[in-house]
Amino acid sequence: MATAAEIARAGQRRDIRSRWLLSAPALFIIFVAAIGPLFVMLAYSFMVKGDYGDVKFGQYSLDGWFSVLFQRDIFDDTLGLADAHLSILWRSIRLSFITTVATLLLGFPTAYFIATRPRHTREIWVFLVTIPFWTNLLIRTFAMQQVLRNEGVLNTALRATGMIDQPLQIMHTDWAILFGMVYVYLPLMVLPLYASMEKLDFRLVEAGYDLYAGRLSVLWRIIIPLVKPGIIAGSILVFIPSLGAYVIPRVLGGGKNMMLGNLIEMQFGAGRNWPLGAALSITLMALVMVALLFYVRNASRSGVQHG
Amino acid sequence: MASRYFDVRAQPGFGVIALFTFAALYLPIITLVAYAFNASDSVSVWGGFSLRWFVEASRNVAVQDAAWRSFVIAVCAATFASIAATMAAIATTRTAPYRGLGFKYAFINQPLMVPEIVTAVALLIVFSRIKVWTGYSGLGYLVLAHTAFCIPFAYLPIRARLESMDLTLERAAADLYATPWMTFRHVTLPLLRPGIIAGFMLAFVISLDDVVITEFVKSGGQDTLPTYMLGQIRRTVTPEVNAIATAFLALSIVLVTAFFFINRKKT
Repeated sequence: MATAAEIARAGQRRDIRSRWLLSAPALFIIFVAAIGPLFVMLAYSFMVKGDYGDVKFGQYSLDGWFSVLFQRDIFDDTLGLADAHLSILWRSIRLSFITTVATLLLGFPTAYFIATRPRHTREIWVFLVTIPFWTNLLIRTFAMQQVLRNEGVLNTALRATGMIDQPLQIMHTDWAILFGMVYVYLPLMVLPLYASMEKLDFRLVEAGYDLYAGRLSVLWRIIIPLVKPGIIAGSILVFIPSLGAYVIPRVLGGGKNMMLGNLIEMQFGAGRNWPLGAALSITLMALVMVALLFYVRNASRSGVQHG
Repeated sequence: MASRYFDVRAQPGFGVIALFTFAALYLPIITLVAYAFNASDSVSVWGGFSLRWFVEASRNVAVQDAAWRSFVIAVCAATFASIAATMAAIATTRTAPYRGLGFKYAFINQPLMVPEIVTAVALLIVFSRIKVWTGYSGLGYLVLAHTAFCIPFAYLPIRARLESMDLTLERAAADLYATPWMTFRHVTLPLLRPGIIAGFMLAFVISLDDVVITEFVKSGGQDTLPTYMLGQIRRTVTPEVNAIATAFLALSIVLVTAFFFINRKKT
């Protein structure tokens, strides 16, 4: 005779089995079309490059990884740092960082503004942020191009007001990429910031004023520490896609102002150096993982702080 | 009265910055839409209001093909993704934590963590090999890739709905001798429907919007609307692209608005 405990345990086992069966399709699809290919790519980064793209199977080499940072001079075979790669890497990190700071400077007051509206109008403001958020990234990038072009809205307006006589050349510069990224990723900053500001207890702010704190010190010592989880979440949500941006630099930066994403694409296209492309992709992923780890560590720490 | 009385919530200058932000968010989109109705051949000279470019875009065979392909892929991917996500959501909610639960979360959310360009080139590597081996180069690769990155988006609203759902009705059904399948079919599924619809719509929009992965996975002549536009932007830009973008934008806004209201009714 089976005891009650045994029956319960058998039921639990059946439960666990059905849980795995139920999640199997999702796990399988993601493995086949997302995670698995990453491992294949890792293997490719250690192979010898083929003459017309692809790789030579069964021939291993560290050349792909080597050429992420170094290059051999074609004339005298000396080694040097791969300046082009380093400058693109540096541009990606720098532009992503500035984008994060700029979206924070614009997004923080915006989220605060929304959070302090009366309850029934808040939803409308949030909705207004959501619409650009769900608008196709390519369309928004293209819209930015219309603004920044030499004959675009910005230059036309500046010339009409007589501030400049020659159009500013913004397209195909780092500025264009920066404007585009700030524009495209701004909602990603506002939404998590708003989520944490909505929960802000304004009695604490009031208490601060009662204790003779000035505006700035209330902002700096009460509001900002309380919404810190939102600041970190928003920053990470902006920084990570900025680092891997591909469409924005391609459309707004032109051929010369590449970011890491475009460099990777180039290796799989005209560059025909798939191992290098694979190694660069893994480098990009590693940078993203570092940012994520930083986030997880901070999130768990602030989670402890605020209960 | 000496005591100063003011709104404790007010922060000087924040309102101005917020309004600037909203203006900045909408100005480029409005410009794009306005120029879609431009009668002139150039994107920069205003030649009066006209629907000319919408007509030309809708007559363009390449645009028609791309739009149809986008639609087919998005419907397939959103359907498969919502089915897989519903099953996975049932398997990961309303249970005590069990071994492998954290692993499942990480797995399902993985497409959100890795930069799109990285997934795109990894898929290029694998699929180009498979294309050579099998000789098949149809839309299946795009549907598969889209399904994968749509799953987390479908999963989120479905899981949220399941978590906020009351267990009482399911227990009552079980007490009345309903089999687990009957309970699911007649109790859980109807209650879950708004979540599944929301998940499907999110997945649909995400698939429709994708540029990067599609650009790398597609075979020759398999442009979707976004990759077609990307190709056009690189060449000389005509107002036709503005018209396509505007139509696309209108569709997205309709879908997102519908999603917004479906979700709001829930609470």
